[in-house]
Amino acid sequence: MATKDFKTEDPRLDPETGEFRVLAPGQDFKSVTEKISGIVLTPKTSLGWFAIFSLGGAVATLVLVAVTWLFLKGTGIWAITQPVAWGFAIINFVWWIGIGHAGTLISAILLLFKQGWRNSINRFAEAMTIFAVVCAGMFPLIHVGRPWLGYWLFPLPNTMNVWPQFRSPLLWDVFAVSTYATISVVFWYVGLIPDFGTMRDRSQSKFAQFAYGLVSLGWRGSVRHWMRYETASLLLAGLATPLVLSVHTVISFDFAVAVLPGWHTTIFPPYFVAGAIYSGFAMVLTLAIPLRKAYHLEGLVTDRHIDNMGKVMLGTGLIVAYGYGMEVFMAWYSASHWEFFMMWNRMFGPMGWSYGILIACNIAIPLTTLWSRKLRTNITFMFLISLVVNTGMWFERFVIVVTSLYRDFLPSSWGTYRATKWDYATYVGTLGLFTALFLLFVRFLPMIPMNEIKMMLPSAKITPKAEPIVDAGGD
Amino acid sequence: MPVAVEGIYGIVAEFDTPSDLVRAAQAAYKDGWRRMDCYTPYPVEEAAEAIGFHKNKVPLVTLTGGLMGLCAMFSLETWISTLAYPLNIGGRPTYSWPAFIIPAYEWTILFAGLSAAFGMLAMNGLPSLYHPLFNAPNFRDGATQDKFFLCLEALDPKFDVAETRAYLESFAPTSVVEVEY
Repeated sequence: MATKDFKTEDPRLDPETGEFRVLAPGQDFKSVTEKISGIVLTPKTSLGWFAIFSLGGAVATLVLVAVTWLFLKGTGIWAITQPVAWGFAIINFVWWIGIGHAGTLISAILLLFKQGWRNSINRFAEAMTIFAVVCAGMFPLIHVGRPWLGYWLFPLPNTMNVWPQFRSPLLWDVFAVSTYATISVVFWYVGLIPDFGTMRDRSQSKFAQFAYGLVSLGWRGSVRHWMRYETASLLLAGLATPLVLSVHTVISFDFAVAVLPGWHTTIFPPYFVAGAIYSGFAMVLTLAIPLRKAYHLEGLVTDRHIDNMGKVMLGTGLIVAYGYGMEVFMAWYSASHWEFFMMWNRMFGPMGWSYGILIACNIAIPLTTLWSRKLRTNITFMFLISLVVNTGMWFERFVIVVTSLYRDFLPSSWGTYRATKWDYATYVGTLGLFTALFLLFVRFLPMIPMNEIKMMLPSAKITPKAEPIVDAGGD
Repeated sequence: MPVAVEGIYGIVAEFDTPSDLVRAAQAAYKDGWRRMDCYTPYPVEEAAEAIGFHKNKVPLVTLTGGLMGLCAMFSLETWISTLAYPLNIGGRPTYSWPAFIIPAYEWTILFAGLSAAFGMLAMNGLPSLYHPLFNAPNFRDGATQDKFFLCLEALDPKFDVAETRAYLESFAPTSVVEVEY
């Protein structure tokens, strides 16, 4: 809707609607191509890139060390024991995979809803998805302690004639996550093919021409190809959409099919999905804000994008808040003694601090401030809020896993949970791994889809016939 | 069967705007050209319409792939759980189909997605790292960046080097270039 009172002098606002512009004015096909491919094709790598990449790489070696030690010693080096048999591994798994969801949401659901503003951010959001899934996928694999036996999860013929148990949610996870990873990579790569063609044509060095030529598969932009490509992208989007919703739903089933108080809740699927999108958008902001500053992309990733992402976070944050409320309500309304105790213990027990952080970071701080458009377009504020939400969502998984397990039905089986240095090393290490992978992406691949931005430019509009050309060349 | 002109793939005209390209393509189609193609840096639906390309088979391939995935996984689960390795857990039925839906659903999406992507590439004849158009000097300079091309191919019965060149020049393109094989 058009707002009536707005200052047309503000260059960030569209003079026709008063909304924030999706793209800054003054862009054309050439400038967009040069801007985006220039970031990759420049032979100079900035010092900042090297600094952050080295830092990320150094932190990533923590994973290597921690995992090597894990494979030598077994999962006993982690804090997991009875009653908390699931610790950081599952917390980090759910957290990372949730972060990935915003990428798919932006690339798929917003494409289906014809939200043009997504075009500036979808490529690196998808990259974020893939790297998040890499980090996420690692945890279920290593948490079995003997990852070389991981193939037991797949229905492969073997000499023991043993087959997997298809009624187990953990097996559903295998299919959900592996499908999610595969489709995300395929969708991402298909999206990159035309841009690889552009990179091939623009690169100066022989090696770059060869490498981009190879991955562009000989793309030449024939409109016949484009039409099939468009159909395939739309179909992939249509297929990825139920995937976004199903993956986190399946992950929530890991918990929800248990009989444990605090896990046994029907609100879990929608509440997990909303939480995933909430943290995913927070991570897109965490990445987009420094990126657009570092590479001067303010014309392509505009205030409108930040504003819109803030709105999505507000919406999904409210669903998450409803989920928390419903958990408390059901604990009381179900009149289940154990459910009620779990909730009371979660809030006021020895680990109540974690619930406090959760409420502060997911509800109290973001949901009171994101209503304000002024704050939503304040870049520093949005960066900080994205960090707050990411922290909050990590604690949400912590609260669900630990505070449900450590005091269950029988006081005789109560215990506690305190993560070891190996737990922290693995978790912090994946943050480094993610950073390092993301920086490689930024350096070697076009981080904004050029062809999709070009479609949004005013010059892409087909204008009605300007001069008579009917008899041109006719006999 | 039309015979190609020796050594020539076609003649390509370069335009600065998509509108010019669409108008030229419409006119050429109207004048009876069929073996032709447009090349654009982003999808221009009007150009595909102009050269008479309306439908493609990607949706059909995707649907087929999806159904294959669904059948494959559901049958696999049924066979494993009832015949190959039946597990009696608390007396529950071995054929507990509701639990089988989730992996079957995931494989529907997996197979459909792979069919969409690889089917699209196959129908486009990709990967093919060589194409005569890459020989045109102006093509690599802009076809994937900011220029719009119309190529009239030598296989078309109307093709004649001199006449086609003159015909394309009448659309006032930026340049007209012969494409060698």
